[in-house]
Amino acid sequence: MDRAGKLHLTMSEPQPQRLTTHPGWLRATHWLNALAVLVMVTSGWRIYDASPLFSFLEFPNAITLGGWLGGALLWHFAGMWLLFANGVFYLIMGIVTGRFRRQLFPLRPVQIWRDLVAAIRGQLSHDDLTKYNAVQKLAYVVAIIDLVVIVLSGLVVFKPVQFPLLRTVMGGYEGARIVHFACMAILVAFVLVHVVMAAAVPRTILAMIRGR
Amino acid sequence: MNRKDIVRDALREMPRRSRRLFLQRSLSLGGLSLLTGCSVVNEDKAEDLLRHVSRFNDRFQAWLFDPNKLAPTYPESMITRPFPFNAFYSREDAPTVDAESYRLEVSGLVMDKHAWTLRELNELPQTSQVTRHICVEGWSAIGKWGGVPFATFLKRIGADLTARYVGFKCADDYYQSIDMPTALHSQTLLTLTYDGKTLPREYGFPMKLRMPTKLGYKNPKHITALFVTNTNPGGYWEDQGYNWFGGS
Repeated sequence: MDRAGKLHLTMSEPQPQRLTTHPGWLRATHWLNALAVLVMVTSGWRIYDASPLFSFLEFPNAITLGGWLGGALLWHFAGMWLLFANGVFYLIMGIVTGRFRRQLFPLRPVQIWRDLVAAIRGQLSHDDLTKYNAVQKLAYVVAIIDLVVIVLSGLVVFKPVQFPLLRTVMGGYEGARIVHFACMAILVAFVLVHVVMAAAVPRTILAMIRGR
Repeated sequence: MNRKDIVRDALREMPRRSRRLFLQRSLSLGGLSLLTGCSVVNEDKAEDLLRHVSRFNDRFQAWLFDPNKLAPTYPESMITRPFPFNAFYSREDAPTVDAESYRLEVSGLVMDKHAWTLRELNELPQTSQVTRHICVEGWSAIGKWGGVPFATFLKRIGADLTARYVGFKCADDYYQSIDMPTALHSQTLLTLTYDGKTLPREYGFPMKLRMPTKLGYKNPKHITALFVTNTNPGGYWEDQGYNWFGGS
């Protein structure tokens, strides 16, 4: 990781084929997180359907996990351990190795705007997968924060009595339900864009599997 | 009183429809094969694993449970009106219990096993609280329940407070059980009134157990018998897959 970091700081000409774009811990946590999110979102939809927050929105049973409320709850409260443990490990590694600082920051509005315009015009370069463009950085930072908030709001929905401070922050039990739902919506939107972008540049999928 | 007997009794008494559902449900964690489009994952194994995690979650919640932490209370102006009816049957099918002939049977690890009349229960020291009822489905509603702190009652009957569980049998064939620390929580009420009036039939006449530290399905209504035990008696929904601890 350090190697990759130093390399693209010191080398003027990137050699993407030779570099390890994604270290092993990142690839492992990425795919485990993908599995956890799939389980949590699809079982969460089934739980949502038991008492929908919005009268106009119900999730078709065919795209939910669990078969019935009780089954969905079993999946959800098992999946939470994977999401949590994997997420904590990822955050610790991201901070300790300096990868977050190196890859995701600094994040300046001007760059985001510039890269967003370039992206819309199809002018973004994907030659060097070790470097993220500013829109990409923003998306990853939002996804990370979103996942942290989804866990915290979920904790309040799960244990409103045991976490009084967190409960107050989330606007009470009912507030936490809405925060939890909104985070799910943001996460699903992220995943959709993320999957489309990855499919558009298939090398990125290879990189997330092989590391380069 | 062991778990097998209770499950057998309950199954016998369960209406035929819910019995059918019980079987369907225990076989249907089928969403996974719907997702993958094939049976890559052996469903029995997946269900086994999930139930193991659920039992682990019971222990995790017991560890997390703080007997001194109180559920939030609310002003009476915030009471949800009308308070929703909720059961595994419709409102019309709520059992009618005769107040005069009602007896609360007490058994298990207790000194005093005499059956309580409703009058005797009403003569115990009473308190009331406005708390939020949270359903496992996600919705919640605020209500006002009054009655005898369950800890007071358990001490009165000389219950073994070191025992692990308190089990309940109900006039609507529901059955339920809770952990002793929650039974002794100061907000756990042997409930006799709702909103200042005698507990109505649809909310569990003549007596329910109200615990703002647990989800709705853990709060049994129309209780006719309770027992203190060290063997987990399970519960109506728990035996179909809901988490047993069900704490908030």
